[in-house]
This record gives sequence, structure tokens and C-alpha cells, in this order.
Amino acid sequence: MNRLELTGLTTRPAQVWGGIRLVPLVREQPVGGLRLHEELYTDHGHGVVDIGPRTHYASVIPHGFVADWSGEGEQSAAYGTQLGAAAGSAAGSRPAPRTARLQRHRHHRMAKRRPGDRLRFLPLHLALEGYLALHFGGPSVAWEEWSRQALRDGLSPRAEDAYMGWSVRGLGDALRVFEIHPGQCGVMVYAADALAAAFVLPHPDDYRLLHPSLVEDLYGELIHQYALYGAPVPEFAARIPDGPRLRSLAALRAAARAQEREWAEAHDTLFAGELLDSSYAFDRVYRMSSFTLWRFLPPFRTGGAGQHIGETITDHKGQVAYLKTFRLSEAQIRRGHLLHRLADADWRLAGAARALGTTEDEVVRRIRAAGFESLLRARAQRGNPR
Amino acid sequence: MTTSTGTDAGLVAAEDVLLFVNAAITATGQREFRSTAYEQQLSLDFLHEYVRVNYRRVYAAALALDINDHNAALIVRGLLEHAADASAEERRTEGRLIAARLAKLPPQRVYRLFRALRAARVNNRRTRAIMRDWLAARPDPAHDAVKYRSGLKTAARHVHLRFGGTGEPDETGDFLFRPGHRTSYRHGLLDAWRRAHYEQGAVEELPFTVAEGFAARRGMKREVFLERMAPRMTRLERLRTLGQRAAGDDARLPADVDLTVMPLTRLALYVLSLGFEARSAHRAELTRALRTAARRAAGPHAGGWGRVAAVLDDSYSSSGSGEKRRRPLAVALACHFLLEALAAPGAYTPLWTSGRTDPLLVRPWGPTPLGTRVLDALELGPDRLVIVSDGWDNAPPGLAGEVLRVWRTRLDPDRRTAVVHVNPVYDADGFDVRRLAPSVPTAGVRDAEDLPALVEIAGFAEGRTGAAALYAYLDRQVARFVSDDGAGAAS
Repeated sequence: MNRLELTGLTTRPAQVWGGIRLVPLVREQPVGGLRLHEELYTDHGHGVVDIGPRTHYASVIPHGFVADWSGEGEQSAAYGTQLGAAAGSAAGSRPAPRTARLQRHRHHRMAKRRPGDRLRFLPLHLALEGYLALHFGGPSVAWEEWSRQALRDGLSPRAEDAYMGWSVRGLGDALRVFEIHPGQCGVMVYAADALAAAFVLPHPDDYRLLHPSLVEDLYGELIHQYALYGAPVPEFAARIPDGPRLRSLAALRAAARAQEREWAEAHDTLFAGELLDSSYAFDRVYRMSSFTLWRFLPPFRTGGAGQHIGETITDHKGQVAYLKTFRLSEAQIRRGHLLHRLADADWRLAGAARALGTTEDEVVRRIRAAGFESLLRARAQRGNPR
Repeated sequence: MTTSTGTDAGLVAAEDVLLFVNAAITATGQREFRSTAYEQQLSLDFLHEYVRVNYRRVYAAALALDINDHNAALIVRGLLEHAADASAEERRTEGRLIAARLAKLPPQRVYRLFRALRAARVNNRRTRAIMRDWLAARPDPAHDAVKYRSGLKTAARHVHLRFGGTGEPDETGDFLFRPGHRTSYRHGLLDAWRRAHYEQGAVEELPFTVAEGFAARRGMKREVFLERMAPRMTRLERLRTLGQRAAGDDARLPADVDLTVMPLTRLALYVLSLGFEARSAHRAELTRALRTAARRAAGPHAGGWGRVAAVLDDSYSSSGSGEKRRRPLAVALACHFLLEALAAPGAYTPLWTSGRTDPLLVRPWGPTPLGTRVLDALELGPDRLVIVSDGWDNAPPGLAGEVLRVWRTRLDPDRRTAVVHVNPVYDADGFDVRRLAPSVPTAGVRDAEDLPALVEIAGFAEGRTGAAALYAYLDRQVARFVSDDGAGAAS
């Protein structure tokens, strides 16, 4: 599997607010056997995650998702719902509890099995970790260019910046005034017509609950700047040409239908093409009976269309039940590209230079520009190898 | 009326007038679904200034139309603040219009307007005379002195009003300006207010809003207090406190409010404030009340509109905002019942955008596929098509406009079907209500009861009747409004 299969999801007309375009994705039939719920955390989203012995990281964690594949989700209420007695009964006269206890303690692992057929995971953290941990071990062979720190600790500490959805201009308002379609299970978010995020869920009820959570997600620097400096984007208003065949209401209706179809095709090929047409490296995170949680990395091709990292849950046929993506900025793509080339050349500068079609000095300069200066020994840093 | 008609300038002027009328009917300076209160106020203030400076007589004449109270107060304030721009004859007309309008405004709005005039330091002889006349026409000054204490005080100070003629001030004057001067008052209300400071029983004799303050100070239990105050509440207060009075049992309908006499849109708002269970439990009563109110609103037009189809917007945006909760949806619901009364019996078809068919159980949810609904409506071949929507057509965007354009230009060029769009939401960015298509007249709407009048106004927007007809219409309205001066003051 190396592609995202969004079969079963149809594109509906976009809704525009300022520079943000939201494209609803509608399912005819919800995905059976899987539900996704939100889990809220205290401390205003500041959280710490243990990811191994003596290893942890701190990040903004506004919420976690709980995947429930027990199959009870079809009829049952959302996870965490508090059930009260029926009104009129003896117990029902008591007021319903208004508070719920939020989880305080540190999170253990990014994906963690919960009692029953449930898995708690931290959305987008899986994907971002996949990107941050790219060749995290550092040089595999101790060539003399690499510093002792690089050989000892690898790329650690490794950091990337992202923006909360609140600080992406107009996103909060766009989500607020968005009119959710019946049966809607997903949305594609565009800022200044650059695909910022894709979000797909298995069930429309889950989507209605999680729609506002998009504003708490992480967005790349590129999206933040596009939203800040971009002009309002135009709406693709329907246009019915005055043809000679337009003589009856039926013809008018057919023309209106054609408009909707045209938009759906245009969106899938033109707008979302960069997400759907590229091939990804999938990395399995967890298997839950017939569903699998993956994270994926793009091919890191520079100078092309936007590239997305993300996480997805697919069913046994490879169809996407859950999807959340993060658009990398150009600098982030370049970093990934460089690390890939270095690793492919067994961390030899000469080999990497050949693969990149350039000189060793240039490779050193690029490593330094990418923020990996500490990897290089001082001699190499001066740009005077051997 | 003001400009030469028949020329381009006349047409532009007519457009400006209609734009202002639409704004004055819909905009209230409150938060809307898609714009903040500040944006609304900024936009509305600009529009008022633009029309006041360029079309002063039209600006004043708008007072005679069914504009909302917020704009009426703004216009009165604008006219009085900038009196120097008007000629003597204009000022006479304005004075009559202002007096007639003030008589129709609720007193709290007028007192707020007086306070604004005082803050703006508008204190010419004409303003003082207008204020004094209005105060003199109030039925019971003592009641105002208790209920609108600071309002009356401010107004009286501003116009140098002497209570009780030239001699010693009467009770009300003492009550307002010399507290403690008298040990008791002969007027029951004034005395109740005095006693309420130390006697709990006196609180119940006061108007509800005043009593609320005393009750809070005494720490009276809210439920007990509301139950006791119920007979002294106004109709709206009774409805508003209903939820608090009937705690835990929201499926109860008010026993002390006669729903059938309520205005239609107000009733629709009330119905929408009930839960689904309450609505279906009292389906018969609520439907009867809505039908009765609609028949009353339809008046002489009832049954005279022939075959009518309506496209009613119940998309998510019709939920309005926290300040105008469910207003667009309530207008759509009220229009539904009104059109049912206006159409020939059995010749009315409602089409909700969500596809729901039970009007009593509507809820604001989903996108706005106006285009396909308009197509569905046109297929029925109605004599009249009424679209009630905020004009944000988004599934797909702009389809309704295209359908209506093609319908007008190619399929129905001889106008067998009259199409009108009424819009309950003022679009702050466009300085107007949002339109669907240039060929379809759009009118702002606040209360569904005004629909027949609005359809008449919207006719001017079609451009088939000239600007002269519009001005003649305005003149007629002004004459009618000034002549039946005071007829609506009792409401």
C-alpha cells in the first residue's frame, strides 16, 4: 500500500470564508465497526508524553482521539457520555452531573490500548513524530566529517515549529460559519488555496463532534503565512451557459447537476491532486482487528507540489476510515530530502554530493543551512574538507 | 420627491433609497451569524450618514415605513442632531414624522434615545419641544418615574421640565429630584417604591423590572418571587420567565398567556425556543395559535395570492447569533404560516432547504442548497415564488442566482411567475441584504407580518416601475403615517 484511497467519499461544494476554503467530504454509508471520539485533557493542552524508558517529550496536546472498533459504536453513545436516569423516575429528578473529570497524568505512549477494543492516540503527533524521527539515529558509519555528538546522540535534540489553528487567521471563523452537510465525514482545509489539512472520520456523528477540534490542530508555517498574507479566495460560483438546448426546466436541472459534478472532479484532480496522487511510505503503528493505524511520509521531492505527512486508519480493503494530514513547509521538505540522500549514501558526503548532483562544499553548506550544524565536525564546518 | 426622476441620477437615488429601507428594516446593530456587532454598527452608521446627507427627505420619510425600532431611534437622533442642514419647511415635516414615530416606539427606547441626545448635547428648542410633547403624552408620569427612573430624570433635566406647573413641584417631581422631602406619597406606585425599601410586601406592587432589583437585594427566592410577580408582568416578561417558573418541566405551555393574540413572528420565536418534545406534545395548540396569528396578519389579503410556492431556509446559518437567536429561522417559520393564509386554499407548497416537511419541528441545520430547491419550486408552476433566506447559497454557491436568471431570461420571459426574495439578515459588508440575482427583487424583512407591504416595496427594486412611483409611494406612506398619528400609540 502506497497511496491514499478515498473511495466512498464524495466531494460537495466548497464553502469559502475569507482566505479559507473548506471542502466537505460526504460518505454514502458510514464505515462499519469503527468509531472515533475525542478525549479532552487539562492544563490548557500542555502535556508530556512518555515514549520510552527515560525518554519523553513535551508538546501542546489539546485532545486525544479514541478509536473504538468493538462494533458497539453504531448504537451506543459517544465515549465519555454520562448516562442519567429517565426524567420522571425517582433518580431522574436529580440534576444531571455537569462536570466530568479530565485526565491529568502524563500520557503513556502516543498510541495506547484502552480497556475493551479501544485505542487512544494523539492526533498529528504520530505523524509529526514520524517526520522528526526520520534518520534520528544519525550517521550509521563514523566517517570523519561527523562530530562526536552526532555519532553519540544522532539528530537529538530535533525540533520543528507548528502553529495552533487558533493563530491561523480566519480559520476559527471559517469553521464556525461552516454549514455541515448531512452525512459529512470529512473536510479538506485550504488556506489561500493551498491544501492545509485533510480530515476524514468513519462516521458523520463523530465528524459533527470533532469539527471544532480542527481549530486546535497543528498547522505548518506555510499555512499560517498564507492565511495571514493571502487575499480572500473567490468562490467557484455555478455558471449555467445559455445554450440553445436550455428550453425546459429539466434541461436547467441537468445543467445544474453537471455544475456539481464538474466541481467534484475539478477538486479531486486539481485541488487535492497533490495529496491523492503522490505515493507515501506507510509505517504501521497499531493493528486493531480489521483496521490498521498507519502513519505516512511523503517522498520528499523538492521544488514540486506541497507534501503532506499524516496518519490514517484503513480497513482491510485499504480504504481510508480516518485521515489527518499536516502540510510540510518547503524548508521541512528540504530537510527531509537532505536526510534521505545522506542516509542513502551511507552518510558519506561524497556519495551524497553525487546523488544531489553537486559538490561536497555545497552539501556541507546545505547541512548547515538546514539547521544540522551540530552534526558536522568543526573542520568540515569551515568548508575545508581534508 | 427630492431629485429629478427618469434620469440615471433618479434611478441611482431610487436604488439608494431601497438599499437604505432594506437596511433599516433588518439591521439592529447586533451580532449576526456571519458578522460581529461592531461590524454591523459600523456599517449601519455609515449608511445612515450617507443617506442623511444625500437624501434627507427620504431619510425622514423612512420613519413612516415599517422599519425597526433601533433604526427609527437612530434616524430621529440623526435628524435632531443635524437640524441645521434642513430648511424650515423640511423641519416641520420632520417634526410631525418624529412625533408620530416616537408615539409608536416602546418607552424604554425613547428614554434611551433621550439619553443619547443629552450625551450628544443636542438641546435646541425643537428637540426640547418634541421631548416635552412626548413626555406630556405619557399616560402616567408616576409609573414612568418608578419604572424608568433615571430615564425620566435625564429627560426632565434636559428639557427643563417642571413637574406640576410653575409653582411647587408635584409628587412626581419630588420623587425624582427631592427624595426624602415627603414622608409618604398619595400615588400608590410611588409610595410602594418608598415602602419597598423596608417592607417586603410592597415589592409585589411594583413593576416587574423594578421589583427584580428589590428582590435581589432582599435575597428573595427566585421561583417564589416570579410566581408572585406573574400577574404584574407584561406579556413578554411572562413568556421570558416561563422557563424559570416551570423548573424541570419544559413541556408545559403558559396558562396565563394567550398565544393566539401574539404577533406572528414573536410567536414563531417562542415556538422555536421550545424543545422538540414540547413542540410535538402541543402540536395542535401551537399550530392553531400560529394559524390564527397568520390569518390576522394576512388581513384583507388572505387567500388572494393564488398558487404560492415558498423556499424556506432552515440551514445552519438561520440559527442567527447569541443576540438574535434563531431569528432568521423564526421569520421563515412565520412566513410559512403567513403564506399558507395568503395563498388560495390548498394551493401553497413549502420547500424547506433541508428537505424536511414538518414545519413545527424545523431546526437550523445543514447546508443551503437554494438552487435545487428553487428548481423544485419552479417545477410546480406557481403564480408566486417567495424565497426566505439569508442569501448565502452554498451548495453549490450561486446556483440559485443562475437558475433564477435563466428562468427569467429564457423560460419565463413574460413573467407568469412573480419571484420575490425576502432576507432577514443585513450584510454588513454589502451595506444591504444579500441578493440572489439582479433580476429578482430582494427586500429586507424583520417581522413576517410585513410581508405584503414588503412585496410591494420589492416591486420597485425590479426596475419596471420608475423612481417616480417609488417617491409617490413614500409620499403616500408619509401622509398615511402622519394622519393616523397616535393610532398605534396604544400598542
